[in-house]
Amino acid sequence: MESVYMFFNENLLLIYLLLFTIILGFEVISKVPTVLHTPLMSGANAISGVVIIGAIILVRQAQPDDYLTLGLGMLGIILGMVNVMGGFAVTDRMLEMFKKKKK
Amino acid sequence: MALDTLINLSFLIGAVFFVWGLRLLSSPDTARRGNILAGIGMGIAIIASMVMPMSGAPNNYGWIAGGIVVGGLVGYTSARRIKMTAMPQMVSVFNGLGGACAVVLSMAELIHYYDGSVAMTSGQVLIALLAVLIGGVAFTGSMLAFAKLEGLVWDNTLTLPKHNIINIVLLIATLALAVWVLIQGVGGGVLLLIILLALTLIYGVSFVAPIGGADMPVVISLLNSFTGLSAAAAGLIYNNQIMLVGGILVGASGTILTVLMCEAMNRSLLNVLIGGFGGGGGSSAQGADGPQVVKEVSSSDLAIQLYYSQSVMIVPGYGLAVAQAQKVCKEVDDLLEANGVDVKYAIHPVAGRMPGHMNVLLAEADVPYPKLLDLDDANSSLPDTDVVVIVGANDVVNPAAEDDPGSPIYGMPVLKVWNAKHIVVLKRSMRPGYAGIQNQLFFHEKNKMYFGDAKESLGRLVTELKKL
Repeated sequence: MESVYMFFNENLLLIYLLLFTIILGFEVISKVPTVLHTPLMSGANAISGVVIIGAIILVRQAQPDDYLTLGLGMLGIILGMVNVMGGFAVTDRMLEMFKKKKK
Repeated sequence: MALDTLINLSFLIGAVFFVWGLRLLSSPDTARRGNILAGIGMGIAIIASMVMPMSGAPNNYGWIAGGIVVGGLVGYTSARRIKMTAMPQMVSVFNGLGGACAVVLSMAELIHYYDGSVAMTSGQVLIALLAVLIGGVAFTGSMLAFAKLEGLVWDNTLTLPKHNIINIVLLIATLALAVWVLIQGVGGGVLLLIILLALTLIYGVSFVAPIGGADMPVVISLLNSFTGLSAAAAGLIYNNQIMLVGGILVGASGTILTVLMCEAMNRSLLNVLIGGFGGGGGSSAQGADGPQVVKEVSSSDLAIQLYYSQSVMIVPGYGLAVAQAQKVCKEVDDLLEANGVDVKYAIHPVAGRMPGHMNVLLAEADVPYPKLLDLDDANSSLPDTDVVVIVGANDVVNPAAEDDPGSPIYGMPVLKVWNAKHIVVLKRSMRPGYAGIQNQLFFHEKNKMYFGDAKESLGRLVTELKKL
């Protein structure tokens, strides 16, 4: 139990960040009209590609002769980048059509 | 020192852009700007992560640039080339790749932990394992969802007898192995980790296997939130706030979207996950009152009926998307409007394979916004509608949801099309819908069937309408 208290006290700021982000996520999304659900899901999906940053950090830290890490890291960057680029582009294509019919 | 501040500031701005972008995405007028804003936030974060000072890091910029160029090109071209109707599949694939990225990262970290080159506390190992588990399920689950939507895998082929029990056993085994790996510490070794990964990937497939048809949007949304959570876990490994904020945002938004969709179907999430439409006792919907006959209608009769009615309501469904019939549908709409017929569209929240799927399709065909009615508006104007034309929708207009307690979709809010004066169902054949249940609507006294592929059928209708 003592270690739980310690973890709580030491990571208080992180716990705040987590909780507020969760509340923020719920709040921002819960007002979305049905029409926008697909673009929203797609846009959120693109944001989840933020994991690519981890892959970049991994490759930057890897020793130049550590091909396993470099390979895995580069694979991660490719996967993440497809998610980011594809996600934003697909979302934009969907929303482009909403724009057109507004006039 | 100044660079440090600049980098941290960039990450902060990136995170704010994510939140602000999502916020703008929630209104039709600002949605496009919101998406672009979130994209800019991502760009800032990626650049910041590349120039971020890291003492003694070899950087390997060649590898990074290579990955970014390849991934960016593949992502961009596939997003541009994909047909509008295949959008749900595409989103599912992108989502799966994000999950895979989190898995690859965590595996790389854990491999270093096991070969002794990096020390990790048990808390960090736990987080890395979580990223592997959640990301792995998101990966294979999304890939199977893609295969199902693309029609590569038929819904029932992957379900084993007692699939729910197998799923639970598999989940428990996977979690137990993860705990075992955690307890073993460095002594565990890479082999155990790879077995865990394999189990996780199998579970992802098995998890999505029994889910099909109308539940597909729910599961994609859920997997999307999984990818977010795995990204957040990876953010904890690298102690990177923007990964954490972005991941949690997606996790929260995916969860709320999943819940909203379940509510639209009047089912609990648990029910969706273990229920597997059509698997559990869906046979009660079979009418017992002898052989039933369906009435058919010809193109010319239907054209005349529509042309001289006051109001027509079109109910689009997945069949419209599959047949790519949205443009022809709009053509029919224009021809009828020209004769003073009031044409509206009734959009069920889960019509198609994604929420808002029909809205996107119809928007592509330039159908104006105000013509699309949501469930409640549609139901209240249905009694005054002369003809309801159902184009490739099935489960969302099934009366069993109202009057057959034995039906798996009992209780789900549906479009009460039987309140209209006449019903016409455009359908390829008498095969039951994706939910695998028979639809009594087809035998309804007001109903006539108009068989054929939605695009061809509507095309024939256009020809007939032009003759009038």
